[in-house]
Amino acid sequence: MILPARWVDAPDSPEDLRRYRRIWRFTVVLTLVVSIAPLLVLASLNLRQVAERLRTRQRFDLSRALATAARSVEFIVHERLSALDLLSRETPLEDLSNPVKLRRSFGSLRASFEGSKSGAFGGFVDLGLIDSGGHQICYVGPYDLRGAEYSQQSWFHEVVVRGKHVSDVFMGHRQIPHFVITVKRELDADHFAMLRATLDVTLLTQALSVPAAPGGDMFIVNRSGTLQTPSKSHGEFLGPCTLPPPSYSAHLEVRDDVDEDGAPYLLGYRFIENTPFILMGVRRRTDVRAQLDPIRAEVVSLLLASVVLILLVVLWSATTMVSRMRAVDQKRTEMLHAVEYTNRMATIGRLAATVAHEINNPLAIINEKSGLMKDLLGGVDDSGWKDRFARCIDSITRAVDRGSAVTHRLLGFTRRLEVRTETIDLAHLLREVLGFLEQEARHRTIAIETDFASVPLVESDRGKLQQIFLNLLSNAFAAVEDGGRITLAIRSADGPDRVAIEVRDDGPGIPSDQLGRVFEPFFSTKGDHGTGLGLSITRQLVQDLGGEIRVESEPGHGACFTVELPSRPRPGGGKG
Amino acid sequence: MNREGVLLVDDEEELVVTLQERLRFRGIEALVATSGADALRIVREAPVAVVVLDLKMPGMTGFEVLRHLREHDPRIRTILVTGHGRTEADPLDPAGGEFEVLMKPFSFETLVEKIRTRLDEFTEDRP
Repeated sequence: MILPARWVDAPDSPEDLRRYRRIWRFTVVLTLVVSIAPLLVLASLNLRQVAERLRTRQRFDLSRALATAARSVEFIVHERLSALDLLSRETPLEDLSNPVKLRRSFGSLRASFEGSKSGAFGGFVDLGLIDSGGHQICYVGPYDLRGAEYSQQSWFHEVVVRGKHVSDVFMGHRQIPHFVITVKRELDADHFAMLRATLDVTLLTQALSVPAAPGGDMFIVNRSGTLQTPSKSHGEFLGPCTLPPPSYSAHLEVRDDVDEDGAPYLLGYRFIENTPFILMGVRRRTDVRAQLDPIRAEVVSLLLASVVLILLVVLWSATTMVSRMRAVDQKRTEMLHAVEYTNRMATIGRLAATVAHEINNPLAIINEKSGLMKDLLGGVDDSGWKDRFARCIDSITRAVDRGSAVTHRLLGFTRRLEVRTETIDLAHLLREVLGFLEQEARHRTIAIETDFASVPLVESDRGKLQQIFLNLLSNAFAAVEDGGRITLAIRSADGPDRVAIEVRDDGPGIPSDQLGRVFEPFFSTKGDHGTGLGLSITRQLVQDLGGEIRVESEPGHGACFTVELPSRPRPGGGKG
Repeated sequence: MNREGVLLVDDEEELVVTLQERLRFRGIEALVATSGADALRIVREAPVAVVVLDLKMPGMTGFEVLRHLREHDPRIRTILVTGHGRTEADPLDPAGGEFEVLMKPFSFETLVEKIRTRLDEFTEDRP
């Protein structure tokens, strides 16, 4: 336990030292707990909130990126399908079947996308016309595909059924990735024609590159899980994606998932309607941690600094507090000792005075008897014994002188305990005296009530007043049971310039036959425990200060001691 | 009433009786009382001029006796005797007067001297 070294060296009793340490420890622990615990809770709540906000933010970012990209892809694909559809319906079949005219149409189709951002010539690579039998009738483009026959291909049947088709991305003849869009034109009940165009895949990659979420990976897979655009970390382009294709949903989906290594990630996807494409976005949760770590470090360092500061302040204030408490206790103990010392000296002094007085009387008798003997010897005839008797009498007289010297010295000692006056606030003095008994009152749960009327300051002897009230209160404490009640009151007395102080207890009271004797010396109700001098000395002290003391009591209803004091000193009385 | 006698008052009978005898040897006749009440009764009946009075007695204290003596006959002279240390005039004394106070055990010669002085004063005061 960290305690100032001077406490260890201090002349406290081990019990006191333990008590101060306990108070110190209690204060430190309690203060630390109530100040640091909320701080920790607050900090962890804050961190959790920040993390939650970051996660929500990431989810939102990913959703937005996916939505933008999906709109972009949808727009690109559908814009071209529409253009192709328009061309097939607006252009006479003869023109589409004529290579020269088809080339012209292809040129104007590409030119119509010239202003758009998405790829040179709208990404159109070639254009072909296919008849109802699946034969390529006319073709414009870099590859020689005239006469190709598609009637057995799955996409051909899909176009027959649904009127249009968007193909998967595939590697074309010159190792350039493409995808193909096809639209159907009905000619009559049994015949139709198809316009088929090959599109550059950069159309798709460009659509994805625009609002890519930071730290994420966005790509397109087809329904069987083959990557349709390059991916940063989820497989080779046109190879299988490391993530399984998600189940169908009509809406944009974002969910939390965990990979095979247990690392959490955020997965979002969107099915692009009327195409085989699924737009997917992946964001590693490690990004959250990376963003959270600096915040966490900041919070933790702030927290540490606060804790260190709190610790220092708490240690300092607890040490100061306990030191002050100890200083007050020590001062109180010193005062109590001083009062006890004065009390003891007064007791000895009064005992000495009583003894001296009681001895002076027999000494006086011895003195006079020996004087008488000497007188008588004067009239006796000279005999053998007369000389001896005279010497004996002288010896007795000298012994009496010695005895009287001792008793007079004792009485002189008592006189030195005379009244010393100063101006005293009685309420303050009584509180001070109560302070001596506070601990006992607490231990025994004795209620002490004070009812201090405003009275003038008195000129009196502080030490003697302290003794008087300490004696009366000690008696009251001895009289009451644990949990009892003691009332201390100051009020104006009947006479002018006089104040009265009452000490009332709810103890068993004093039997009426003993009431008159309580102030007599050596009268005690405490058996072997008391000297029987307490109240006798108390009365002497009160009389020394020119006051009076009274007692009222009814057996079973406690006792009340009333001390009446003059505001100004008027010593005397009682002795003679 | 012609006052000429001496009264010794003390609750210690042995002391007053011995003093009475020793005073007789010196030619001074003295009466004795062992309580304040006795003393006052004797003063009323006998022509006492000087009272030697112990201050501390059970029942009536020396000071009370003194007050009654003053009331009875202010001419009566007193010599106070005490076993206690207090020799200065007591501020509570109603007369506020000054007293001869002898500390027990006192020298007999001093007492005799003081009694003679008081008796002489009394004689001089007599009209």
